Amino acid sequence: MERDDLIEYSLHTHHSEDQGKAIRKKIWFVTALLTAITIVEVALGSFIKQSSGAWPFVKWSFIIMTLFKAGYIVLVFMHLGDEKKTLRYVILVPYILFLAYLIFIALWEALAVGEAWATYGV
Amino acid sequence: MAGHTAELDAKALWGGKESPFQTSYGKLMMWFFLVSDALTFGGLLIAYGFTRHDAQDAWPIGEETFNSLPFLGHGYPLIYVALMTFILIVSSVTMVLAVEAGHRMDRKGVTKWMIATIIGGFFFLGSQAWEWSHFIHGSEFGKIELADGSQAIVKGHFGEIENFTVIQAGKHHKKGDVVKEDLMHTFQHAAEQGHLYDGKILLHDGSIATVNKAKDHDMKLIIKKDGKDNKIGDEPIVGEKAEKMYYEALYSAQANRVIYGANLKQNEYGPQQYGQFFFFITGFHGFHVFSGVMINILICIGVLAGTYHKRGHYEMVEKTGLYWHFVDLVWVFVFTFFYLV
Repeated sequence: MERDDLIEYSLHTHHSEDQGKAIRKKIWFVTALLTAITIVEVALGSFIKQSSGAWPFVKWSFIIMTLFKAGYIVLVFMHLGDEKKTLRYVILVPYILFLAYLIFIALWEALAVGEAWATYGV
Repeated sequence: MAGHTAELDAKALWGGKESPFQTSYGKLMMWFFLVSDALTFGGLLIAYGFTRHDAQDAWPIGEETFNSLPFLGHGYPLIYVALMTFILIVSSVTMVLAVEAGHRMDRKGVTKWMIATIIGGFFFLGSQAWEWSHFIHGSEFGKIELADGSQAIVKGHFGEIENFTVIQAGKHHKKGDVVKEDLMHTFQHAAEQGHLYDGKILLHDGSIATVNKAKDHDMKLIIKKDGKDNKIGDEPIVGEKAEKMYYEALYSAQANRVIYGANLKQNEYGPQQYGQFFFFITGFHGFHVFSGVMINILICIGVLAGTYHKRGHYEMVEKTGLYWHFVDLVWVFVFTFFYLV
């Protein structure tokens, strides 16, 4: 029986040849960008040692570059950027909030634990 | 792509029939699954961060641990993992191209790009197998416990072992025999057992032989555990002094002073937890890649059989695509926090 009260959302993602061309162009652009970022990361990691004074700066630039890569993968490759705003926020906001909290609490605690080891020994 | 019902007001959106997210049930559920899986990986990486933060300087540095290439040996920091990252990014791109072709109902295009994605997945799995094998077998030098009780990892070029010349007969070898087979393995095993003493090796059959080996080059000892004299964070010990300290410890006839490679109990790179996290996190990710390749193969069969074409849309390809991109996404974070930082 054909039901007319259901909406076939799967059909809504179809696009034409011309639109496809533009989308493919964007995909190749993102590919080049992700590759370039990875190359920069490896070059920095190979040439700047962890003992050097520039290391904290390099470390944070790694983390920022990683978040950039992650953003492009989620928003372009996984099409989350093209979904409804409600869906986008339902996915991203709880996850980011929870993880930010967990990172904060875990690393803060780790410093205290490390200090305890250093003070009282094994 | 979305936005075709932008003119609908809020009452219509939340009042039933229309989905507020404007996506199909399957895709929504895939997203919810990915969020939960991302929480698992997030938890693992944060646990890794916790352990690393409290261990501080004893933790190994990525470029010191991962600096080898197949066939080329040492001295190429991070190049191999960068290559793995690139392979996974490329297979992610071919996947998104398959999804795009699906949106145009281009069955040939979907097939082509799906097959490319599957090949990329197998390449990644192969690379990971090599990486694991290399990590488990370890370096020629291993990690050594020095005379003052400190532990050091050793970098440099290991001079090849030429042979063992027997000087005292055992059950199998006679005096004057020259052993030329399985040298490296025998040598490392003897070192772990404490069967090396003063330039000589005690072989399995009870015979004693001198070790003839070429000179090492550019040896460098990096302290990873405090001892009486040497502390973590000291300048690396180099040159003849390093060689003297290393071989004094290696030829001390004491067992368990050197560790080669890695297992779940100990590893030559750093604290015990380092090896455990390496196996668990990259293993768990590798298992995801493996599942992804299997799912991709199933969907590819569906594409070839025309199942989705008859259905009128290629949403199944899009859904596996989401999973496959997620695997790539996780690797981006593993790459940064395990290898780079």
